[in-house]
Order: sequence, then C-alpha cells, then structure tokens
Amino acid sequence: MTATARDTVLGRIRDALALAPAPAPATTVPRAYRTGRTLPDAERLALLTDRLTDYKAQVHTCTRERTAEVIAGVLRERGAHRVGVPAQLDERWLDAYDGEVLTDSGDIPAPALGELDGVVTASAVSCAETGTIFLDGSPDQGRRALSLVPDLHVCVVDLSSVVVGVPEAVARLVPERPTTLISGPSATSDIELERVEGVHGPRTLAVVIRTDA
Amino acid sequence: MSTFLGMPATPPRSPYGTGNLRGERTFPQAAHDELRNEQLRRNLGRATHTIRAKRIAVTGELPDWEELRDAGAAIKTDTMNRLPELLERLERKVTERGGTVHWARDGVEANEIVTRLVRATGSSDVIKVKSMATQETGLNEHLESAGITPYETDLAELIVQLAHDRPSHILVPAIHRNRDEIRQIFLDHIPGVDPGLDNVPAHLAAAARAYLREKFMTTRVAVSGANFGIAETGTLSVVESEGNGRMCLTLPDTLITVMGIEKVLPRYQDLEVFLQLLPRSSTGERMNPYTSMWTGVTPGDGPQDFHLVLLDNGRTAALADRIGREALDCIRCSACLNVCPVYERAGGHAYGSTYPGPIGAVLTPQLAGMHAAKDDPNSSLPYASSLCGACFDACPVKIDIPSLLVELRHQNTEQAGTTAEKLAMKAAATVMRNPKLYTAVQKAASLSRAVGVGGRDRTISRLPAPLDGWSDSRDTAAPPTRSFRSWLASAEGAATMRAAAEEGARRTADDRTGGERTADNRTADDWTSGDRTADNRTGGERTDAERTDGDRTADDLTEGDHQEGQ
Ligand code: SF4
Repeated sequence: MTATARDTVLGRIRDALALAPAPAPATTVPRAYRTGRTLPDAERLALLTDRLTDYKAQVHTCTRERTAEVIAGVLRERGAHRVGVPAQLDERWLDAYDGEVLTDSGDIPAPALGELDGVVTASAVSCAETGTIFLDGSPDQGRRALSLVPDLHVCVVDLSSVVVGVPEAVARLVPERPTTLISGPSATSDIELERVEGVHGPRTLAVVIRTDA
Repeated sequence: MSTFLGMPATPPRSPYGTGNLRGERTFPQAAHDELRNEQLRRNLGRATHTIRAKRIAVTGELPDWEELRDAGAAIKTDTMNRLPELLERLERKVTERGGTVHWARDGVEANEIVTRLVRATGSSDVIKVKSMATQETGLNEHLESAGITPYETDLAELIVQLAHDRPSHILVPAIHRNRDEIRQIFLDHIPGVDPGLDNVPAHLAAAARAYLREKFMTTRVAVSGANFGIAETGTLSVVESEGNGRMCLTLPDTLITVMGIEKVLPRYQDLEVFLQLLPRSSTGERMNPYTSMWTGVTPGDGPQDFHLVLLDNGRTAALADRIGREALDCIRCSACLNVCPVYERAGGHAYGSTYPGPIGAVLTPQLAGMHAAKDDPNSSLPYASSLCGACFDACPVKIDIPSLLVELRHQNTEQAGTTAEKLAMKAAATVMRNPKLYTAVQKAASLSRAVGVGGRDRTISRLPAPLDGWSDSRDTAAPPTRSFRSWLASAEGAATMRAAAEEGARRTADDRTGGERTADNRTADDWTSGDRTADNRTGGERTDAERTDGDRTADDLTEGDHQEGQ
C-alpha cells in the first residue's frame, strides 16, 4: 500500500516533533495586550473619522432621520445615476435618491455589476483605531462581489457598531460568514513607492456614520 | 516513508533542482552584479527607509506593541507544537464547509495538484493573487508547460511577470524597476495599451486596472496563497492592498488556495493579534486596505468550488531542526528585509530564493538544504548578514534571526570545515562598504557563540583580530561579560569600531596604491570611500532609531543602544 501524501506529511510532522522536542512544554499564550476597551460615543466617532480620513475615505455624519438625504447627496455629488443595493437594505435609505436602484439578486453576472455607478450597503462592525469597516455578507450588506465591482461604495456605519480596537471587532464577528475588512479605498505603492489610490476595488469609499443608530 | 512506529526519520528537504529556493550563484557572486545596479540600490534604499519610518511610527502608536509581539510569538510556538492536530482540524472544518483539502509532499506535487484541478475546470487561464508559496514551487512555469496561462494580478507581480523577471522584495516585488522601465514593459507587453501612455504612476496603475479588469470578469479559476488558516473554524485569510485579492477570491467559480503547513493558527481569536502585527510591520499601515476571510464555500457568494492545498516542501525538515522550527514562525511581513544593511546593498535577487533578506538567509537553507550539491549556493546565505540584530528588533513574532544565523554558520562549519567558513565570510564581506570591519564583527559574533551563551545575551571574553589589537593598544579590553551587542553600542565599543573602520579604510587605500586591485577590492572600495553618506544622515532618516548598519561607523554607534518599540 502506498502512503497518501496526507499520511506522509502528517507522519513527517510527528517525526519532526519527536526529533526536535518543544523547548518548553505546553505554551500558554500571554494575552497581556489591550482587549475589551470602551470609549464614549464622541471619542469613538472622532477616532474613526480621523482614521478613515487619513486613508482617503470620505466621511459624512448624520442622524438616522437624515440617512436618505445624506446618501442621496453623496450619490448626486459623485454623478451616480444607477446604483445597486443588497436584497435587504433598508429601502427608506434611498427614498431621497432620484436615480435608478437595482436590487441585487445574486445571479447578476459580475460584468453587469461593473456597469453600476455605485453601491450602497450597511456594515457589520467597525474598528475606530484602525479605521476598518467589516462587511460580513448579511442581507443588508450583500454578497462580496456587489461591494467590490462598482467604482463607488457608499457604506453606512451605525455608531453603536463602532468598537475601539481590533480585538473588540474580531470578537463581534461570525467566523463562518465571508468577511471583508475595508480600510479606505484600494491603494498601491508598487511603482517607485508612490501611493496611488484606487486600483481594483471601488476607487471611492464614502462612509456615512449614523450617530444615533 | 514515515510511520508512527519505530525511530523517527528526518523529513526530507525540498527536492534539489525544483522550485525557486536556490540560486545559480553564491550570494556574494550574485550580489556583485547587483551592486553595480545604481537604480536598484537607490530604489531599494528609498523603499526600505520609507517603509521602515512608517513602521516605526505605527508600531510606536500602540502602547501594547510588545505584548502583541509576545502573544504572536507564543501563538506560533504553540502552533508548531500542535501542528498535526491543528492541520487535521483545519482539514475537517474546510471539508465540512464544502471545500476540498489536498496535501502536497513537495512543490512538484503541489504544482501537479493545481494543474489537475485547473484542467478539470476546462479553463486554460488562471488569475493569481500574489503568493509566495506558489512562487516557491515555481507554479507559473509549471502551468505554462501544461498549456495554462497564469495571470499575476498584483501590480508589482504583473510588472515582474510581464518583464520575465523575478521579484526582488517580499512586499514590493518590482522595487528594482523605475517608472520609465515600467512604462516600457507595459507598452511592450500589454495588448492594446494606449501607445501614448506616460510614466505617471497613477496612469500606469490605471493601465493595469483596465487590462486586469477584463481578466477578473472572464477568468473562471483563481489561485491564491493564504496569510492565515484558522484550525478552529476552517477560515482562510488573504491580506492585501489593491483589491486584486478580493477580485480573485470572489469572482471566479473555482478557487485554489496553496498554503504552507506552517500558516495554520489555532483559534479565530488569534486573528486579533495577527491583524495588528502584520499590517503595521509590513506596510507600516494601521490596517491594510483589504483583508478577505472565507470559510469553505458560501452558497450564493463567491467561488462554489474551493480547494485548499497544504504544502510541505521542506517545512517538516525545518520543523525537525531547532533553527528551522523558529524560522517557520515567520509571517512574511518583510520588516527584517527593510532594516537589513546587507539586503539594502545587495537586493533581493542576490539571495537566489523566493525568500530574500535575513529571514530568507535562514529559511532557504532550512527548506532546501545548504549542502545538496557541491558548492551549494545556499551555503553562502548564512553569511549574508551583519548580525547587527536589527531584524530581531523589528520582527513582530520575535524570531532571533542573528542567533539562528550564527547556529547555521556553525552547522555549515561542521559540514564543510573552517576553511570553507573563512572563505564564505570573506566573500560575503566584500558586499559591504567596509569589508574588513564587517569581517571583524562577524568573527566577534561567532566567537560570542563559541563562548556558549546563546540568545540575546551572548557574551564575549575577548575580541578577535583586528579588534583585539586596537583594544589592547588603547587599554580598553572588552569587558568579559557583556553582550556583544551592548558592547557594540557602548562608547567603548564605538571607539574600537571607529579605530577598526579607520584601519579598514587605510588598508583599502594601501591596497589601491599597491596596485593589487582585484575585482573584489574594487567593489570594496565603492563601499569604503567616504564616510557614512550625508544623505543617510539627513532627511529625517534617523527618526528611525534602530540598529541598522552592521558596518556603520563609530558616530552612528554612539547613538546608544536603541531598541525598537519600547
Ligand atoms: S522573520 Fe519576522 S520580520 Fe522577517 S518577514 Fe518574518 S515575521 Fe517579518
């Protein structure tokens, strides 16, 4: 019987561990770094705004009541006539928008998504300290292709979903969901280290932070 | 073949003559050519210093940076101790979620698995996310020989691929190219590119965007690497900047991920550590623009056919060795490259391997061996370091690279004898600006190993020539029980090094007048002439309070015993 690659590799690992036993027995991982941090609303808002702006995202703040108005303003300003939304985005968010709204159905091919001027989604969690927005594919955020292919991403962030640091954010995630971390628009520094914003993802990221949601 | 019974057998290294883990020439031979490339040196210098300054700024921002490093190092140690169990768990979780797991004993087998999977889809093209594992196995060449065209989608990898070139840096693989060269590469190789394309980076990036957009929309198979694979949940992760990763991981029908077995992490929670350590150490950002995490197959979202290829290719051989085992902790952030004075001069190509720089000098011989053939170029790699310790200070998982290199040199001496060692050291020294001083430091460092105190606190009782002469004549013998590095950073060490530097300069001048210029000496002259260049001193480069230059002069050394991120 010939051994499978699986058995061979696992056997080699066991041999290796026997040949070079661990310098120390079972390691307990010291987790003395900061976890479970909290900050008042105003400070989380200020920190997130600062970090998003630093990474060239546009930031708008508003109250729940003004959501539709602010979203419409952003779309108008960017000249977006046709936008996509995930199946279960709160439809009132586009009440003030006079362009065409296409609800994603999952069988729209990627090139067709590329013909949209933009996409509006909600978000799952945000990390203030790093300026990172987490999308997890929930029905108000949609499949990953939807927030990737169009050139403008308008992302709504509720202040209550903004946490201070990375550990607090990771703790809120559901591991099995397809998760995308977004920190500003895409960028490259591959040519003589000169930063160029907007390579393959949306070239514009507009974040609408709702301070009472 | 290994069995669970009887004596454990030493696992094999990556098979000789396969993949990209060995150059054709030794490090010093290859470095000599690179040293003549002014463009490369300038670009590399600028890149490494810029990224370094950014890294210092964003790691300094976190008051718990050291605690994160401690956690990162411990998680990796724990991972290596429990590797079989963790890989089996990862396999189970990925399978439960609709993925298929494959195991590859070596790079050739991994390439064959990927090729077979691509063929099964009927596609003759694949899009690729930058992946060191597939660079290591030479997957692209293998695919091409099977009639499948791989398209690299990371901008730098695309430049490298179009120019039939090799990457020179882990993070910025095309750093050896300037904008004019890149423009020409695009004009020559991108079908239908605007002939009026200029050399503005934003325009060049836009040309790449347009070219790749079509590939993203139409190619049905993608191949990626992985930064992390979580055993607990089966979640895989790719960390990137441009969005090409998201495109490849999301749009195709089939996704094939090739991951080294050492990239597994025990728990999902561990991401809270590595998502802080990696971006800050790598690009010097608080967070990279995009990170994707996926678990098997998600109905209605992304590729519905997912394969994970777990790659050995010498990793188990490394695991069986104390040095290799520590080197496997590496998360490929490239911080150690950016602080290394030898890397900065020689460039990535000189190492002849997918893994350049300080970690490459350890990892490459561990994965592929350093005595696999007569005059194996890999045996020169342990000498491609000034042992200055900057890499250790920068490493987010606290790999003590200098100590590992000293151990590797020791292993090399045992295999090849002291004459070989001396020759290797001498050859490597010619890469540096001041070869004599470099050699002196190297000797002192290996002596410090011989004294038998390992790790950070290596002590020396006596300095070797030529430093001993200087310390004697100045009545400043090195104290017996200080660590070599703290001695090096002290005023006394500084004075000794200054003396040695002057000696080095004088001897080089003598050599020149003596008319005995060899090719090696000529290179040495280039590096010896003048003191530390003015531009290194100005422009705020020294905001970076790190130990960076093994060959720097006494003035630099008196800046004190810098430790990063305290
Ligand atoms: S050895 Fe450390 S510093 Fe170097 S690339 Fe690996 S993790 Fe980064």
